[in-house]
Amino acid sequence: MTEMRGLYTLWLREVKRYLRDRVRIVSSFFQPVLWLVIFGTGIRFSGTIGNVTYQEYIFPGIMGQTLLFTSMFMGISVIWDREFGFLKEILVAPISRVSIFLGKMFGDSTDALIQGVIVFALGFLLGIPLNVVMFLEILPIMLLTTFGLVSIGLTIASFIENLESFGAIQSFVNLPLFFLSGALFPVSGSSVPSWLQTASNFNPLTYGVDALRTIILGGSWQPGPLYPLYFDLLVICVFDVVMIIVGTLAFNRKK
Amino acid sequence: MSNTIETFNLTKQFNGLMAVDKLNIAVEQGEVFGLLGPNGAGKTTTISMLCTILNPTSGTAKVNGYDIVKQANMVRKSIGIVFQDPSVDDRLTGRENLYMHADLYGVPTSEQKTRVDNVLKLVELEARADDILRTYSSGMRRRLEIARGLIHYPKVLFLDEPTIGLDPQTREHIWTYIQELKKAHDITIVLTTHYMEEADKLADRVGIIDYGKIVALDTPVKLKETLEGDVITIKTKDAQKLSETLDKEMNLQAARIMDGNLELTAPKGKSLLPKIVDAATRNNITVDAVSVREPSLEDVFLYYTGREIRVEGGSELHGMSAVQRRAIK
Repeated sequence: MTEMRGLYTLWLREVKRYLRDRVRIVSSFFQPVLWLVIFGTGIRFSGTIGNVTYQEYIFPGIMGQTLLFTSMFMGISVIWDREFGFLKEILVAPISRVSIFLGKMFGDSTDALIQGVIVFALGFLLGIPLNVVMFLEILPIMLLTTFGLVSIGLTIASFIENLESFGAIQSFVNLPLFFLSGALFPVSGSSVPSWLQTASNFNPLTYGVDALRTIILGGSWQPGPLYPLYFDLLVICVFDVVMIIVGTLAFNRKK
Repeated sequence: MSNTIETFNLTKQFNGLMAVDKLNIAVEQGEVFGLLGPNGAGKTTTISMLCTILNPTSGTAKVNGYDIVKQANMVRKSIGIVFQDPSVDDRLTGRENLYMHADLYGVPTSEQKTRVDNVLKLVELEARADDILRTYSSGMRRRLEIARGLIHYPKVLFLDEPTIGLDPQTREHIWTYIQELKKAHDITIVLTTHYMEEADKLADRVGIIDYGKIVALDTPVKLKETLEGDVITIKTKDAQKLSETLDKEMNLQAARIMDGNLELTAPKGKSLLPKIVDAATRNNITVDAVSVREPSLEDVFLYYTGREIRVEGGSELHGMSAVQRRAIK
């Protein structure tokens, strides 16, 4: 009971902080707009992918990107908690280290999920064919995807000593994961070099983006998804469990 | 009386640097125990180990009967901490910070409101309770942290430099809270400070810590008595010469020479003054001013460590302090 209460209060803190940060919400809204409207519109004239427009094709990818960037940012933001001392308050609290990690992770995932919902609404406004059933179906997929990604962020933050390294995460983690996820172009097929295919197979985001695409582009989409939906979800779940274990261990290292 | 805290050869090294060196102290139930020492002496490291933030390199300690390594969670349940550096969430309101703390420490929801209101009243922050912490002054944040440390009725309260960087008025204010707390609740308080005045005023017993070791431990009164006498300060341009003269003619050894002031401790300081001035005149040393006062904890500290306590430590101390801070984060 105490554990649940502690977990809940840590979750609540993350969500409150997020919702109070208007600038961040607005700015995170802006990046998907750039990708979808400028990049998506620009590239669509050079061709379509299968039987969908380029903009429709990258829309699930941009949702995946939003989940990735937000999750990673939220996870890494633990460095700030450490820098400003708040982490100590949590670490001396009499609740289990697992609850501390999960409370933070669920909170950050919730924030990333809200961000994903905003992008979904954005897609609707841009005229991408979306409906309520799709929305309900992608909610759990988005949430499951964020668990593992937030855990990566929290794990990295456990090993980073200072705020300066923060920028390096964008270059060394976020962009490679994004580019290798199939968000912007197909990562399978005879024309795709095998190194790229192999690399993307090891990228957890590939499965998240594939699952989102399966739902959003629907059954009539050709050439169709990389894997069946159940396989995507299985990989995501296994990845989540592994990352939660690794993250909990890393996060609670004591010197 | 039983011991609420007991350390057994408690030791902490950071990359070979000895921060706390086989520390053995016992803090009794209900007392205010002061750990006094300069920056980098090992105060915060000691507290961090007792609060289960750091693991000792060797040795261990018991807090409220629980082992800090093996029963960390039980220790956490027994203690409240006011850290040296801020540890509140500045994006939340004062009240939200307090409720979060109550949740983390398993305070029953039915009691939370009463307790939060009570501690807010205690630190006189009721009017600002619903403002975001960013708008608080550092004194207000400090008071909020003290309030927070009390919500879950800890058996032991750790105050790590509770008044560092605060203006004198706020400091007085916080001292009053601490004294009232001790009276009202049966809690044991461990206080670290490098303000002599603070240790003198609040602590029942003071342990002087330097280079990770306790060099003296007693009540402030008894510590001051160990100096046996009064502190005589003589202002002169020839401090060195006067020091030699007094040593030769009156067998008085100077405690130190600083900024042209010669300081020494001696019993019955007042009656010695004329003799000192006589001796100086005989040797053609001009004495500009003399004063006699009772010894302070500062003199005790100097006596035991041979160094003056400083707000900013020397470079070597600074380095140690930096190592500590990093490790605790």
